[in-house]
Amino acid sequence: MTTDKTSPQSDTHSGTHGAVIEDTAPETDAPLVELRGAGKAYGNIRALHGVDLRVHPGEVTCVLGDNGAGKSTLIKIISGLHQHTEGDFLVDGAPVRFSTPREALDKGIATVYQDLAVVPLMPVWRNFFLGSEMTKGPWPVRRLDIERMKKTADEELRNMGIVLDDLEQPIGTLSGGQRQCVAIARAVYFGARVLILDEPTAALGVKQSGVVLKYIAAARDRGLGVIFITHNPHHAYMVGDHFSVLRLGTMELSAERSRITLDELTNHMAGGAELAALKHELSQVSGVDVEELPEEEDLTAPVVATGEGAS
Amino acid sequence: MGMTQQAAPAVPAPPAPGRKETDGRTRQQPLPLRLLARPEIGVFLGAVAVYIFFLVAAPPVREGSAMANILYQSSTIGIMALPVALLMIGGEFDLSSGVAVVTSALTASMLAYQLTLNVWMGVIVALLVSLAVGFFNGWMVVRTGLPSFLVTLGTFLILQGANLAVTKLVTGNVATDDISSMDGFDQARKVFASSFEVGGVAVKITIVYWLVFAALATWVLLRTKYGNWIFAVGGNKESARAVGVPVTFTKISLFMLVGFGAWFVGMHQLFSFNTVQSGEGVGQELIYISAAVIGGCLLTGGYGSAIGPVFGAFMFGMVQQGIVYANWNPDWFKAFLGVMLLGAVLINLWVQRTATRR
Repeated sequence: MTTDKTSPQSDTHSGTHGAVIEDTAPETDAPLVELRGAGKAYGNIRALHGVDLRVHPGEVTCVLGDNGAGKSTLIKIISGLHQHTEGDFLVDGAPVRFSTPREALDKGIATVYQDLAVVPLMPVWRNFFLGSEMTKGPWPVRRLDIERMKKTADEELRNMGIVLDDLEQPIGTLSGGQRQCVAIARAVYFGARVLILDEPTAALGVKQSGVVLKYIAAARDRGLGVIFITHNPHHAYMVGDHFSVLRLGTMELSAERSRITLDELTNHMAGGAELAALKHELSQVSGVDVEELPEEEDLTAPVVATGEGAS
Repeated sequence: MGMTQQAAPAVPAPPAPGRKETDGRTRQQPLPLRLLARPEIGVFLGAVAVYIFFLVAAPPVREGSAMANILYQSSTIGIMALPVALLMIGGEFDLSSGVAVVTSALTASMLAYQLTLNVWMGVIVALLVSLAVGFFNGWMVVRTGLPSFLVTLGTFLILQGANLAVTKLVTGNVATDDISSMDGFDQARKVFASSFEVGGVAVKITIVYWLVFAALATWVLLRTKYGNWIFAVGGNKESARAVGVPVTFTKISLFMLVGFGAWFVGMHQLFSFNTVQSGEGVGQELIYISAAVIGGCLLTGGYGSAIGPVFGAFMFGMVQQGIVYANWNPDWFKAFLGVMLLGAVLINLWVQRTATRR
């Protein structure tokens, strides 16, 4: 961080680089996106219930959960694909209810879906501007401003540290990580204030995941609020500032980075209390070493109730 | 686990912008290979081959008037092949395009004749009917999510039956009455079915329309927002929707564009032959689709060009007329067509595999 503080005293605890988070996310900041006791029912199936979530600018909020935990439903509410059926959904402190993804986009909430929303056979630059093409000229001959689009796409990608030889190549020929990064760069360029990433590292190798995590951090450092959906606690812990674990549609854990360790997070993610029960069962089976497995008492991370306010 | 208990948050400096560097993992393909990767090159070479073949096999082809004839034949296929190709790039099919041509011509002809209207009235109503058929196809495909193959197969059967039945009902015959003496006929004929002299050879105006439409379609496809959307809805509909492309509008308008093409060709047929045979048009849709596929359009959508189908249509026109000039039995045309289709598809496949291999 190169920002100069006026008083040297305020720098006392941020002298080391590890404490960057407090710098970028002052407590006074109002959340960009906030869910208060939000839930969603599909008919009589309750997919999500009583979820609290706050996304601050310059912060990465990780949402973890197993398959079917309600992660997708959560994203769909925030990105405008579905509407919540209970609780409140606030953007910049005002309650909202999106009916299309376009409305969410207009509020600066951009979602990078698992399938990335790219068209594999189209060139990189066309994909970058798809749906928001730059044009020039009066109506009957209004045409794509190809030169400007290519230049802008190249610049934006380079700003995010993505260097491509040829923007004319079909985006399908890029690696999974590169495609993910193009999708992130696109969202950042189109004025996203909140970036929702749906399992961006799920299908990637170790190295590519690292690349994507780097861009998540880069987006955060540009002041975006990032919602990072994942089921990999290791990836979440690399970049996360706040962790929420969903289980069966409810928030099982909600904790600041400073109040939780990777082990606790992993345990919660892996099933927490259920896992401890499983350990007892496993101890009955010969040949399974349960000594290294955590006890139930280890799993005492701050739970849902830490969320301040009445819910 | 447990070894990275206090992993520091990864805060890399965003890499320095603006430096010109390459990622070094891709190698520039040699120019011939890059050219071969273009969707229209395979069909261009095929068209040249067929042309040379008939130059040798059928000496009359070498004359200017024969060429004009071949180009005319190509243009009647080519004008329809263009919207069919755009629709295919947009990820859909239209099996009703062949009979829709006849439907349009029948509408204009019967309406004008039975109500003794100026033929232009018939022409305008026919346009509305054609666009409505296109809209119906598009709307059904978009709303139901059914494959366009099924929806337009239905429309194809409906139109085929209605063409015959309505014509018989109205005229008591399988063909419409001659409208050549009606008001506005000469004017309409000038627009849709006239010809002009170039160096002593009569050239049909449809050739001009064909090339102009092809140029327009190419421009739209590669240089406009709408063209971008066509590729996108054909390549990945869901992704296109997620980034804000109006998928429904794009698909329906493409079907309506096919309707427009059907109207145009239908008007040409009406004003060059004065009457319309109600049973015609069946099987033409496959020729249009073949021309688009031979022209390098991907059957599954998302890839192709508007120039390719021009050469595809030229190949068909060339073979159709070439067989006649070579004094062969015209029945061979379809067989030829099938061989060309398979050949072109195989060549396209091979070319693309070779050229896009990394």
